[in-house]
Amino acid sequence: MRYHVLHATEYQYEQPVQTARHLLHLVPQPLPWQALERQSLRIEPEPTTHMRSADPFGNPVDRVEFAAPHDHLRVESELIVAVGDRPWLATASDGPAWERVRDALDYHAALLGEAEADAQRMRFESPGVRVKRELEEYAAPSFGAGRPVIDAARDLMRRIHAEFRYDPDATEVGTSVVEVLENKHGVCQDFAHLMIGCLRSRGLAARYVSGYLRTDPLPGQARMTGSDASHAWVAVFVPEAGWIEFDPTNDCLADERHIVLAWGRDFGDVSPLRGVIQGGGEHTLKVGVTVMPEGDGVKFTTDQSRGAA
Amino acid sequence: MPHHQLLSLYARQSGRYDEMLADAERLRPHWQPLFEALDASTPEQMRARQAFVTERIRENGTTYNVYADAQGTDRPWTLDPLPFILPADEWAQIDAAVAQRADLLDQVLADLYGPQNLIRSGALPAALVYGHNGFLWPCQGTRPPSGHFLHVYAADLARSPDGRWWVIADRTQVPSGAGYALENRLIVSRLFPELFRDLRVHHLADFFRHLQDSLARWAPVDRGETPFVVLLTPGPYNETYFEQSYLARYLGFPLVEGQDLTVRGDSVYLKTLAGLKRVHVILRRLDDDYADPLELRGESTLGVPGLVEAARAGRVLLANALGSGVLESAGLLAFLPKLAEHLLDEPLAMPAVASWWCGEAPALDYVVEHLAELVIKPAYPSQRLQPVFGRDLDARGRAHWAERLRHRPHAYVGQELVELSQAPVMPDSGSSPLDRRLVARAIGVRVYAVATPEGWRVMPGGLTRVSGSSDVDILSMQRGGSSKDTWVLSEVPVSQFSLLKGELGAGDIVRAGPEIASRTAENLFWLGRYAERVENSARLLRFACDRLNEEGEAAPGAAEPGEAALGGAGDDFLGEPGVLATAVGYCELFGLLPPAEDSSVARRLVDGALDDNGPASLATNLRRAVWAATQVRDRLSLDHWHSLNRLHDILRRQRPEASAPTDIATLPSTLDRVLLACISLSGFAMDEMMRDSGWRFLILGRRIERLQCRSRIVAHFLEACGGQPAGVDALLELADCAEAYRQRYLRTPDILPTLDLVVFDADNPHSVAFQTDMLLRYLDSLQREFAASPAGGNGIRAFRDAVAALNAFSLHDLETGRPGGGAMLQRCANCAGCNDLARLLRVVHDASATLSNRIAERFFTHVLPAARVLSA
Repeated sequence: MRYHVLHATEYQYEQPVQTARHLLHLVPQPLPWQALERQSLRIEPEPTTHMRSADPFGNPVDRVEFAAPHDHLRVESELIVAVGDRPWLATASDGPAWERVRDALDYHAALLGEAEADAQRMRFESPGVRVKRELEEYAAPSFGAGRPVIDAARDLMRRIHAEFRYDPDATEVGTSVVEVLENKHGVCQDFAHLMIGCLRSRGLAARYVSGYLRTDPLPGQARMTGSDASHAWVAVFVPEAGWIEFDPTNDCLADERHIVLAWGRDFGDVSPLRGVIQGGGEHTLKVGVTVMPEGDGVKFTTDQSRGAA
Repeated sequence: MPHHQLLSLYARQSGRYDEMLADAERLRPHWQPLFEALDASTPEQMRARQAFVTERIRENGTTYNVYADAQGTDRPWTLDPLPFILPADEWAQIDAAVAQRADLLDQVLADLYGPQNLIRSGALPAALVYGHNGFLWPCQGTRPPSGHFLHVYAADLARSPDGRWWVIADRTQVPSGAGYALENRLIVSRLFPELFRDLRVHHLADFFRHLQDSLARWAPVDRGETPFVVLLTPGPYNETYFEQSYLARYLGFPLVEGQDLTVRGDSVYLKTLAGLKRVHVILRRLDDDYADPLELRGESTLGVPGLVEAARAGRVLLANALGSGVLESAGLLAFLPKLAEHLLDEPLAMPAVASWWCGEAPALDYVVEHLAELVIKPAYPSQRLQPVFGRDLDARGRAHWAERLRHRPHAYVGQELVELSQAPVMPDSGSSPLDRRLVARAIGVRVYAVATPEGWRVMPGGLTRVSGSSDVDILSMQRGGSSKDTWVLSEVPVSQFSLLKGELGAGDIVRAGPEIASRTAENLFWLGRYAERVENSARLLRFACDRLNEEGEAAPGAAEPGEAALGGAGDDFLGEPGVLATAVGYCELFGLLPPAEDSSVARRLVDGALDDNGPASLATNLRRAVWAATQVRDRLSLDHWHSLNRLHDILRRQRPEASAPTDIATLPSTLDRVLLACISLSGFAMDEMMRDSGWRFLILGRRIERLQCRSRIVAHFLEACGGQPAGVDALLELADCAEAYRQRYLRTPDILPTLDLVVFDADNPHSVAFQTDMLLRYLDSLQREFAASPAGGNGIRAFRDAVAALNAFSLHDLETGRPGGGAMLQRCANCAGCNDLARLLRVVHDASATLSNRIAERFFTHVLPAARVLSA
């Protein structure tokens, strides 16, 4: 499926910002099942410097600097991207027992394969996901002895979806996983962090995936949560199969509706737009995301929310 | 020997190595000279040494936390007068081992922030790196311009009962304490000057020169640039701020905070009065995760946005590299012997204390089984776990810990308990019967190494840390421990190089000071303003106190001070309550006093002086002055700093919440002392500081503040029809001109000569005219120095015009229309003249306020308030 994605972010500052630097994670990683056909980034005002490179996890990152005063910042990202089937969707099995995966990732003073070395990076506490005992306890019912790892993760996802309420006003970017667990509500970012923390507490490797979700408001069918906003989900490392993607917000495996932008240990590694400004006073933020499947027209929404479903 | 009086309290312990005694009968030879020197000392000499140390430390303000806070978190650095002594041959081994270890750790860092082969090959567990909050992913792939991730390294060493040295811990991020080692040396070498010379103790200066030279040589300079090195501090709240500012001064590196620096493009700059100046090297004392809010900890307000990027671009050298804290883990110790073989192809020269990382199953089993003999430590600093001593746990406690270890094994390390060696210390002074006895305390040494293009150089000496009591194995200054100077003896004559008294030639002569950071100038400016405001406040309060103490609380009915001062002159100009009311009115003019409400005048005066929660009380202004001074601590001489602290002490001892609440009767004498201290402070400002552009801002601050105070007081006096006798007296006293008046006129004061003295006499340093003259002069020199400033231009012109208008006023205009021709006048018909002069003074007052803002915009405000992180 081909998509046309428009992602606009706009800050209006009450006072002029004197200087600013931003990191943008808005350009997708190249993937076997996802082809980037067109990509453009329009930034206003014109940055003093602008550089693209790869971050340590392989995601393209744009670094922009503003050395002159400005009262607004507008970033428009436009993508045409073709998404095919994930290779692991064909995997029939539910993978090995979760304990076997955990033990295989434990330290054995032995040479690591490329995939295992990669998985190690996503196995431990990170700044946005502290691994607390509460998470391990919450995960326990899904991690019975000998349960296949994919089945266990699917069950964990199902429970999060069933037990947590989607509420865009309940949490903020910095809300901790334990708070989310206590209050049983949040947005996609919170559910992804929670699921990652649970998986890591069990010794598994799990990463945060940032991207977009196509929603299909077909007649007679409910519109899926997360429509027209950037989205986040979780990938779990399964030996042989690779990284299997789970979407706890929608209780499904990622499929061709899920467009991958970037991955990291948690939101902080791949925030679409992260910056430090000097000056500026109060600000207002508008984020609009439109994901158009091939053939449709293009229009912008002006969603006022923080833009994470 | 054991019967010796010096040793009558000195306990040898069988389980410890004794640094001084070879056995019950014999001293180790390298301690002999010191012991003899002590033996030849009288109790008075011993006491004098102790007192010298105490005095020096107090005087140098060597405190953990230099920001003297009301809660009193500052705590003096403690130093034992006796050095810890190591012989040359033993030192040679330590030197080689520490250099080797620094090299090894540097190579480990290069791998972790590069290819990560050590993890891939299984030589190092991924958990100890990726699970460590000190591993900073954004720094991955960075290659320092020097090729070194470590530039300064410190090893904590201890000696086991068999006499061997062991590494207890590695300090790879921002090793602290080298400055204290230096400080200790400068004190202790003066206690035993002959001994120090005769024993041929290695000097420390070479180590610091290596640091200076190496950083300069590795600085990534562009063609034609001179290497510029700064020392980046987290600021005065940091517990080792004193050390940082001490080192900065010793090394000649500007001490900067994150807000002094800015990244433009991919280079780092220091914001100075003259503009942006490129920084090539940052000697870092700021923790690495705080160093860049853009890529690291977003909530940090101490860092420099873009610093990671500048380091990645190789445009700035960070010593140590960001992310080097990842090696500070007890878990790593278990793997270093293998890593040494692997990376250096040689065995590790000095073992580390035996450690078992529980992430490996056999190690976990061993630790659980031997829990009672081991210490449990966290593998990652983020755990904030204090070491747990297995021997202190009962069966239930051990079971609890066994479960905890099995639960999350990779987060814990089991470590052998170290029996530290012991060395002699002098007991605290004050216990006079002990003046000639030594006691034994456990010790450990922190040893420093610096990377140079010729390899690692180890400081011959270090910071010896002393436990707080004889049977404690924890070395921590926070827990009541102490420190010692460390004397490494040489068999050959030692290098006499000193950074303190370098012999410079004529070509080295420097006239202008180093570039002045904008933030420094700003704080000097506010130090000047607040110091002057304190003085003015004290004068106002003392005047009111004296009136109150003379006449007691005002009679009922005269309790409306403002009214009396403003409008009551005609009704009751001879009545005493009017004088008190006048005085209170002046205090209120400056917002010094809390609102009247039900409080007595006495209570309000006490609070106005001492309550540091009052918005504009004397204590509040003093706190602000001290804060500003703290920010520029490295620009003030020690004497200057002390006089400010003494001032602070005067008030702190009188706090209302102190056990004996200050009563109004003692307040005047307190205020007298405050005024005296203010005068010595102003003496330092005028006579002792280098007159560079930083100093000019201090004085600008003082002059602007004094101008504002004086012009306000005089305008108030004139508008309140203050021509009553007490009013003139008040004016003279508040303007600090009473003495001058008496000397000049030898009679009770009259209004016109008073106004001349207080407003127009430019030879009187307390007059309005003196302030305006000086201000115009300094503004001219600032304009010459920094070229015409568009922002400041208008402010200066308006100010100049206001001053010219004031100077054009003639006192003769006041005289005409007065009955009796201007002698002592109690009533006059010339309100217009007084009002004119008052208006002119207010215009000058307002123009100086605008001027103050313009100066801030032009020279300071590119230093903006804390940056904020945005996330979408």
